[in-house]
Amino acid sequence: MKLEAKNVNFFYGDFHALKDINMKIESNTVTAFIGPSGCGKSTFLRLFNRMNDLIADTHLDGECMLGDTNIYDKSISVDELRKTVGMVFQKPNPFPKSIFENVAYGLRINGERSKSVIEDTVETSLRQAALWEEVKDKLKKSAYALSGGQQQRLCIARALAVNPSVILMDEPASALDPISTSKIEELIFELKNHYTVVIVTHNMQQAARVSDKTGFFMLGELIEYDDTKKIFLNPEKEQTQNYITGRFG
Amino acid sequence: MKSNNIHKKVSQNVMFWIFRIMSFSVVAILFWIIGFIVYRGIGVINWEFLTAAPEEGMTKGGIFPAIVGTFYLVIGSMLVAFPIGVMSGIYMNEYATNKHIVRVIRIMTNNLGGIPSIVFGLFGMSLFVNKLGFGDSILAGSLTLGLLALPLIIRITEEALKAIPDSYRHGSLALGATKLQTIGRVVLPAAFPNIMTGLILSIGRVSGETAPILFTAAAYFLPKLPSSIYDQVMALPYHLYVIATSGTDLEATRPMAYGTALVLIVIVLIMNLLANYLRKKFTK
Ligand SMILES: Nc1ncnc2c1ncn2[C@@H]1O[C@H](COP(=O)(O)OP(=O)(O)O)[C@@H](O)[C@H]1O
Ligand SMILES: [Mg+2]
Repeated sequence: MKLEAKNVNFFYGDFHALKDINMKIESNTVTAFIGPSGCGKSTFLRLFNRMNDLIADTHLDGECMLGDTNIYDKSISVDELRKTVGMVFQKPNPFPKSIFENVAYGLRINGERSKSVIEDTVETSLRQAALWEEVKDKLKKSAYALSGGQQQRLCIARALAVNPSVILMDEPASALDPISTSKIEELIFELKNHYTVVIVTHNMQQAARVSDKTGFFMLGELIEYDDTKKIFLNPEKEQTQNYITGRFG
Repeated sequence: MKSNNIHKKVSQNVMFWIFRIMSFSVVAILFWIIGFIVYRGIGVINWEFLTAAPEEGMTKGGIFPAIVGTFYLVIGSMLVAFPIGVMSGIYMNEYATNKHIVRVIRIMTNNLGGIPSIVFGLFGMSLFVNKLGFGDSILAGSLTLGLLALPLIIRITEEALKAIPDSYRHGSLALGATKLQTIGRVVLPAAFPNIMTGLILSIGRVSGETAPILFTAAAYFLPKLPSSIYDQVMALPYHLYVIATSGTDLEATRPMAYGTALVLIVIVLIMNLLANYLRKKFTK
C-alpha cells in the first residue's frame, strides 16, 4: 500500500471539510478524485504532502500513511516528505527563472553541486515530462516564454527531478487547451510506470481515460471509491450515478 | 435649452483649463527651481570645485570634503538601514503569523517615518554621540540617518514581497524546500528589483538630509578628509546651509552655495532616475 487515509476528518476552523474518510491507494496506479467543486478534493489531496499545514487554523483527526509511516507523526520532516510526495498545481507556477533552473531547483536545494549530475537530471526529467524536444535549444530562456501547456509540463518535470515516489496533481489540465490537455493525459499514463499518481479533476472523461481507481467525493464525504471502470459503468451509489451522468454538480 | 447647453460647455471648459493649469504649474515650479539652481550654480562648477577643499573662508576652492562626507554617510547609513530594514520586511511579510503584531509594527514604522528629521538628529545626538560616546562622527551620523531611512526600506521591502505571488512559494515548498530556502532562492530574487528601487530612493532621501547630521556628524569646516568612522565629516546639505547663512562674507560665498545645491540636486536626481529606470527595466 502506498498511501492510506484512516478515519480522516479535517477542519478549517469550525468548518468540517472532510468527513471520516478511509482510502487505500496502491503503488504505480493512477487514482482520480472527482466530485462537485467545494467537496474537498483538493483539501484531501493536500493532506498527503502536508500543504494544508500552510493554512492557519486547520485541524486534522485520523491518520495519513505513506507506506508504513504516519506522515503527521512528530518525527516526520515535512521537507523530506515533500521530496517524496511531489505536487503539480492547478495553475502552472514555474519560478521566474530559466527553464533549466526551474528543473534544477529541486537538486540545488538538496545541495547537489555536480554540474553533470544536474544537467543529466534536468534532461531526464524534461524527457519524462515530454518537453525535452521542445525546449532543448532554449534551456536558458525564461520559463514564462513557454505556452501554458509547456509550463505545466515544466512543472511536472520540476517535480520529477526531485525523484519523488508519489505525484499529486490538482486539476493539472484545467487551465489548458485541449491539445495540451491530451499531452498531459498521455504523460500521466506514462508516469504510473514509475510513480504513484493521484489526480484531482472535474473532467470526468479525463478521470475515465487516465485512472485505475476513482474516488467520488461530495460535501466532504467519500461517497464511493472503486475501480474506475466500475465507477463509470456500474456505480453502487445513486449519488455517483447522478453525478457521472451529469444530473448535478 | 440651447443657451443652457452652451453654459455647460463653457463651465466644463473652464474647469478643465483650471485643472490643466494647476498641474502644469507644478511642473513649471519644478523646472523653475531646477533652472534657477542650474543658472546660478553652473558658473562655479569646474574640476577644482569638485575636487578641492574650501579655501579662504569658503569663498574659494571647492566642496570635495563635503562630497566625500556625504558619500560616507550614505554608505554608512545604508549599511545600517538596509540589512535591518530588509530583514524586518521579510519578517513582517513572510514569517509573522500574528496579524495584530504585524499591524502594530506597521503603524510604528509609519509613525517612525513621520517623525521630523530634526528629532532624529536630537535622538542621535543623545544616544550615539553622548551616551554611547561615538562623538560627532561618521558612525553616529550614519546610525542616525539609518534610523531615518529604516521606515522607507521596511515598507518598500514589505510591498516588494507582497507583490510576489504565493504560487511561487507553494511551488518551492512543495518541492521540499525549507521556508528559508524558499525565501532566499525564489522570493527574494523575484523581489530584488523592487527592493533595489527602495534602496536607491532612500539613498536619494538620506543624501539630502541636514537635520539628522547637524548634531551627530557634520563639521562646519574640515581641511582634511576623515580617516576613520569616528571622525567628523563635512556633508553637502550642511555645507550648503553653512555657506548660505553663516559665512564671513555671504555675498562672496553665494555662488559657491548655488554650486553646492546643484551638485546635491544632481546626485538626488540621478538616484531617482536610476530607481525609475531599474523599476521599468525589471517590471516588463
Ligand atoms: N483555506 C481555506 N480556508 C477555509 N475554507 C477552505 C479553505 N480551502 C478550502 N476551503 C473550504 O473547504 C471546502 C473544500 O474545498 P476544496 O478542497 O478546495 O474543494 P474542491 O477541491 O473539491 O473544489 C470548500 O467548502 C471550501 O470552501
Ligand atoms: Mg480544488
